[in-house]
Amino acid sequence: MFVLIVGSGRVGSAIAKTMLGEGHEVSVLDEDPGAIALLDIGRDDSWEDRGGSFTVGTALEIDALIEAGIERADAFVASTDGDNTNLVIAQIAQRRFNIERVVVRVLDPARAKWYSEQGLMTICPTQTAIELLEAAVREEVA
Amino acid sequence: MYMVVVGAGKVGWNLARELIDRGNEVTLIESNPNRYAVVEEELEHAVQQGDGSELWVLERAGIERADMVIAVTGDDEDNILICQVAREKYEVERVISRCNNPRNLEHFELLGVRPAISATNLILRLIEHEVPKYGPLHLLDLPQERLEIIELEVADTSPAAGSLVRDLGLPDGSLVISILRDGTGFVPLGDSVVEPDDEVLVVLDIGLEAKVAERFAPAGANEAA
Repeated sequence: MFVLIVGSGRVGSAIAKTMLGEGHEVSVLDEDPGAIALLDIGRDDSWEDRGGSFTVGTALEIDALIEAGIERADAFVASTDGDNTNLVIAQIAQRRFNIERVVVRVLDPARAKWYSEQGLMTICPTQTAIELLEAAVREEVA
Repeated sequence: MYMVVVGAGKVGWNLARELIDRGNEVTLIESNPNRYAVVEEELEHAVQQGDGSELWVLERAGIERADMVIAVTGDDEDNILICQVAREKYEVERVISRCNNPRNLEHFELLGVRPAISATNLILRLIEHEVPKYGPLHLLDLPQERLEIIELEVADTSPAAGSLVRDLGLPDGSLVISILRDGTGFVPLGDSVVEPDDEVLVVLDIGLEAKVAERFAPAGANEAA
């Protein structure tokens, strides 16, 4: 499948590398041209040599999204460092480009919960951490 | 009315002050602590500090009883999200959003956030209105006598280009009195030919300007406008 990942920080770049390694076609969009470095860490060959593509642009720019291939994406990952940016572009991907699989990283548990009730697939690392930490604390005490 | 305004920049602060002066109850939300401290000196309890896209901050500001939510931060994604949750989660009847980058207007529209106000677009529209590309230049206005003289450039693709003066199709009450070509002018006769890039001087009754101008404007310009 063709995966478009918007936001190439720790999370986005890791997902991109895994997906490319699994044989999928992967395109990454980030506003920082330097973000491509994260995709090359620990590798001798470059991201683009390995078949990945990288586009510089802001997430809300339709032209940049189109250049990055949003019109033919099967899956869309919103993983910029802004919750609101992620929630807005995920809805654009879903409603305007009809992408079947849209996943959104949302750090704030409250917004993650409400938007997931509205039909977005939100992943909240904060909530996951809270649950893991709580479980770890209980285990320690017990 | 109870109004929640998010973003205490120039727009938000002035807006909050005007709304309070008009007798509304207002809560202004500002995330930046320094900015908050400045605004708080004037507005006191009417301003709260916090990230206005956090639900608990909106709830603390009383969004559930707000009649109107106005999002005027400098970030379009924040404004979209604030208005979306205001309307869909808290069922606020009226939302108004500022759109910083007019290219983002389609996103506001797509996500049902309206009205979205773009100052850039408003100014652009005014400029387009004030400075039409092939607009007439007023050389003489005699409102008392109900006469004016205007100068127009003949566009390449206009109906006038290549036409005889008598065939220009100008409305009654207007007359071409001079054609300027290559730096010199002459008084045309009915069988003088109007060429592209000529400048023509037309004397006309007040009120005929639009009709006259369209004969010299590029083909299709009227449909576009």
